[in-house]
Amino acid sequence: MTTFAELLLNGISMGAVYALIALGFVIIFKASEVVNFAHASLLLAGGFLVAELHPSIGFWPALLAGVAGAALLGCLVEFLVIRRSKAASHSVLAIVTIGVDIILVTELTRQIGTDVMAMGDPWRDKVLHLGPVSIAQTRVVALLIAGVLITAFLLAFKYTGWGVAMRASAEDGETAALMGVRLGRVSLGAWAVAGALAAVAALFLAVFPTPGLDRTTGVIALKAFPAAILGGLDSTTGALAGGLIVGVTEALMTGYQSEMAFLGRGIGDVAPYLVMIIILLVRPAGLLGTRELTRV
Amino acid sequence: MSKAIITVATAAAAVLVPFYLEAFWLMAGIFAMSAAVGAIGINLLTGATGQLSMGHGFFLAVGAYGYVYLSSDSAGHLGGLGLPTPLAAVLAIGLAGVAGGLFSPIAGRLKGAYLGIATLALIFLGQHVLFNAEPVTGGYNGRPVPPLEIFGFTFADSPELMVLGVPFGGAEKLWFLAVALLLAAAWFARGVLHGRPGRAMNTIRDHETAAGVMGVPVARYRAGVFVLSSMYGGLAGVMVALAFQQTVPEYFGMLLSLDYLAMIVIGGLGSVGGAVAGAAFVSLLPQLLTRYSDALPLIAAPGAGGYSPAEASRMLYGIAVVTVVLFLPGGLLGLVSRARQALAGKVPHPSNPRSAR
Repeated sequence: MTTFAELLLNGISMGAVYALIALGFVIIFKASEVVNFAHASLLLAGGFLVAELHPSIGFWPALLAGVAGAALLGCLVEFLVIRRSKAASHSVLAIVTIGVDIILVTELTRQIGTDVMAMGDPWRDKVLHLGPVSIAQTRVVALLIAGVLITAFLLAFKYTGWGVAMRASAEDGETAALMGVRLGRVSLGAWAVAGALAAVAALFLAVFPTPGLDRTTGVIALKAFPAAILGGLDSTTGALAGGLIVGVTEALMTGYQSEMAFLGRGIGDVAPYLVMIIILLVRPAGLLGTRELTRV
Repeated sequence: MSKAIITVATAAAAVLVPFYLEAFWLMAGIFAMSAAVGAIGINLLTGATGQLSMGHGFFLAVGAYGYVYLSSDSAGHLGGLGLPTPLAAVLAIGLAGVAGGLFSPIAGRLKGAYLGIATLALIFLGQHVLFNAEPVTGGYNGRPVPPLEIFGFTFADSPELMVLGVPFGGAEKLWFLAVALLLAAAWFARGVLHGRPGRAMNTIRDHETAAGVMGVPVARYRAGVFVLSSMYGGLAGVMVALAFQQTVPEYFGMLLSLDYLAMIVIGGLGSVGGAVAGAAFVSLLPQLLTRYSDALPLIAAPGAGGYSPAEASRMLYGIAVVTVVLFLPGGLLGLVSRARQALAGKVPHPSNPRSAR
């Protein structure tokens, strides 16, 4: 029972981190109709900045710099590539982001090399004991920070002018533009927010119990893609639900993998994808995605 | 007239090359041709039908490992069926088709980039199976690939064969096999694209609802093209396995699938020629950079700072993908046809969609 509680807590915390990534992914899709395969490289870039800067300027300024850097990088991608591409088809736009991803990931992995970079966070490997249940402090902090960020984002999405503009342009871009919403700016903002969220997620993917940031951190971040799609690619609540489902499944499958030895080593890593396939078989638009209907 | 000259020149080059080029370039050519077969397959799916697939590498793996498992004799802890190799090759392609068919409930219902994310699952599940199903796949170390043998003619270094005073080893023989397979694959894909199914596929890409209204069974077509493209992937997998002579699980990871998407975008979406041009570009670039790394600036041996040839080529074709989408719609192939039109002074007629693109 204790193991189960520990696994569940860890899973929820990881799920919150995945939700941060998936949320950024969904915002970009809503604002600019691009499926952003470069998301993992934005995340890696943010994490890399934090890891690179913290010895010289301290952890919190470094985190701020990482967040700002990833947001800026997101803006650059939107401004230099997405906005200028004349491709009408969504698939082609998605492939451009793959091109961007190849460029960024190649450069970043070259910079990182075979190093495992410490993030310099103040929580290190301290463990919090709640009765019989013990959980790493980093996980508790991840849950708290992700919770705060997600709540703040959802409130902003609902009540601020920026949020209204974003929702309006996602609903009907042309009408929103006629009402004076500047679509370019909305889309730029979405990429910035997504980059910033990804950088925060990078921090929590690379702290204890993981050894640190290395070249494979981007691959771990890919698990947020199933989170986004199983919740529904155009639903922010769906991204949260998807993130939690992915996090908890992964934690439980990894924790009990000795009981499931017949599935092979490392089943926890592929569990998110299995869950995604099962859900897509039942609901092709995801759990909370809008089913597309066309009147002819 | 000029078309006939190009055809004859290409054919002559394909026949003459093995007599002059060294084995390194022959192997590079064989890999490029295998890649071209796979790229044709994914261009049918992504280029012509508008369905993104990140899982193409998985179907190459099914083809490669299917061939190895079906044709090897079981030895030690490794299983195998010991079938005749040509039969094993055909069955392996069929197996890739079946794998694509099993995914069709998803491939038929999801569209575009949505499918792209769903197919990511294939890559990761595939890698998991490749590493864990040891009796079939050989696990981490992979398995040796038995050479293809058709009517007593073996595509390997032994028995030795001399043609016009040139020793014909495995590379030379495989070259001709690859040329033949690529021609067959290209011919079939051209037939699909230029016929009724091709028009239906393009309509689905351009306007799904319109396609449905005109009586195209959209879901069935999407699933069908997915199966066809996975069979092309399977054939490419068999060819790669024959060239490598050893299957390695890491090769079939996500980077491979990304390579294939890069190929079709760089070459030109939706056409056979584009797939072949892109495959040649993406698979020959690293070889060129490796071979001439001493003479090129910025490129250094791995570990010595600077860019390794592999990194430099990934960088270059990442940039190529972005550049092509931003500035060269139609890819390399579009560039060629535009250059030809400019030379001939012709303005494309709007009613001819192929020249207008």
